[in-house]
Amino acid sequence: MNYEELIKKIALEDERFVVMTAENRALIRNLPSVLKERFIDTGITEQTMIGAAAGLALRGRIPVVHALATFLTLRAFEFIRTDVGIANLPVKLSGFIPGFLSDGNGPTHQAIEDVSLMRGIPGMQVFCPADEQDMLYALSHIWTSPHPSYVRVNIRKSDFQHDKNFEIGKAEVISNGTDVTLLVYGMLFEETLKTKQLLESEGLSVGLINVRTLKPIDEKAILDAVKNSQMLVTIEDHFLTGGLYSIIAELLLKHQLTANVLPLALNERWFKPGLLSEVLNNEGFTGEKMSEKIIKELYKKTVSKI
Amino acid sequence: MTEEKINKLKETAFKVREHIINMSTDGGCFIGASLSCTDLIVYLYQSFLNLHKGNLKDEERDYLFLSKGHDVPALYGTFVELGLIEKDRLKNHLKTIDSIYWHPNRNIPGVEFHSGSLGHLPAVAIGVALDCRMKKQNNKIIVITGDGELNEGSVWESVMVASAFKLSNLTFVVDRNKFQANIATEELIPLEPLVQKFEAFGCNVQRIDGHDFTQLDKAFKTLPYSKDKPNVIIADTIRGKGLPSIEARADRWFCNFQHDEITSLVRELHGEAKTELESETLTVR
Repeated sequence: MNYEELIKKIALEDERFVVMTAENRALIRNLPSVLKERFIDTGITEQTMIGAAAGLALRGRIPVVHALATFLTLRAFEFIRTDVGIANLPVKLSGFIPGFLSDGNGPTHQAIEDVSLMRGIPGMQVFCPADEQDMLYALSHIWTSPHPSYVRVNIRKSDFQHDKNFEIGKAEVISNGTDVTLLVYGMLFEETLKTKQLLESEGLSVGLINVRTLKPIDEKAILDAVKNSQMLVTIEDHFLTGGLYSIIAELLLKHQLTANVLPLALNERWFKPGLLSEVLNNEGFTGEKMSEKIIKELYKKTVSKI
Repeated sequence: MTEEKINKLKETAFKVREHIINMSTDGGCFIGASLSCTDLIVYLYQSFLNLHKGNLKDEERDYLFLSKGHDVPALYGTFVELGLIEKDRLKNHLKTIDSIYWHPNRNIPGVEFHSGSLGHLPAVAIGVALDCRMKKQNNKIIVITGDGELNEGSVWESVMVASAFKLSNLTFVVDRNKFQANIATEELIPLEPLVQKFEAFGCNVQRIDGHDFTQLDKAFKTLPYSKDKPNVIIADTIRGKGLPSIEARADRWFCNFQHDEITSLVRELHGEAKTELESETLTVR
């Protein structure tokens, strides 16, 4: 099963589903002939597509809407906020090539404020699956929930076996650790797994949480990590502002807690475009580079304690 | 249309204009744009749309989307006259105990969708029109836009899409009162030739006098103009229509009148002398 097969299955079982795109057909190429009128390509018109999705939702439809993540969340932002958000309609946004996945496209295509923007809309839920399998476990839950949602589409294959029991608002806790807990979402999960192994080979006790659902956030999983680990690391292909690091900061403040948190994110800058492997290396987001930074930070903390 | 019907429409429009005037104090409202589309809105609800108190949630009802949301006093005034909401509710204007404020809210029975940010409802109406067509229902979907609103690129994006999808069940109505907020449209971003613009975007277009019920009736009763194109009705109107003291004045867009001015404006509506307006002219909001 892949993204297209899943959406096809769900739409064929449930007449309420319509599939929309602003001429981004990468994931849904074979659906026009299957869904016929329920496949709606509005052309390169993100704003009209979102407005029309709201109109369809008013009539009881569940539109699953596709565009590149940047154009979807930025070009159509006010339409999402005003037409979908204010009316709290079940419009399901699928953002293609978010974060580092825009690799060689350049800053125009870098959706690295999407989590921040989408979680700022009242009622909007935000999901960032680690890979294709993680996404497929999540989508049927997301699409049948009565809320509007934004998904960072991630079709990367992985051998990792995720927890099948996806639940909105529940993180996937892969391990608990006393020295450090790695909090990650989206495509960086794969490199973070390597980081975990490297840190463990240094004798450290390492927790790993696939945050999966950024909004609603799994408060318990994070507060447990704060309690049990010396240090947290937030790992995201997103601006430092408004993403996971901000979510954790808000959560800590809400509970009047403090913690050592090392943020790995893009601080006030876009990333240098290139092939994905180049980008990860250049930005310091490979398993190796992230583990080096973490060890350095842990060492600093230990030294300062002595 | 019979003389009797026209007189009934005129009577309702008169009362709606009184409601609008009464809403333009204690905080005020966008009176000019409300008065320009009053005849249009009254005509649609009283003589055209399949929409009444008994079918507000019916899937096969007709839809009216007010995209230029700041003219909502005309809509609420009409709702009062047609019994959709209680007259007393208009006294709640700008009070947080109700949802009656400067732009439409869906909590008010009869309001299909909120608006206020311009250039949104042409797109929302496309979604509704597509679904009605998929369900093989014969609903008529009307979107009223302002003329200043046509500055927004999203309007033209939506007109193109409606045209590509051959949405003949969809009608864009332009309240062509010749003004945007603070200035005449043709002095800022000229819109003419407007008929040709919409035609070039693939629509069937009619241009009428938006204060003439006979012309309104002819234009709407002959919808759709063909089976394969969206419809456009450009209704030429006068901003502030009915009150000579504010008609077609760039500085009378948003007005917050004093109570004695309101009394005088209602008399003016009834044909008495023009009101000497002293209250501050608000050109920016």
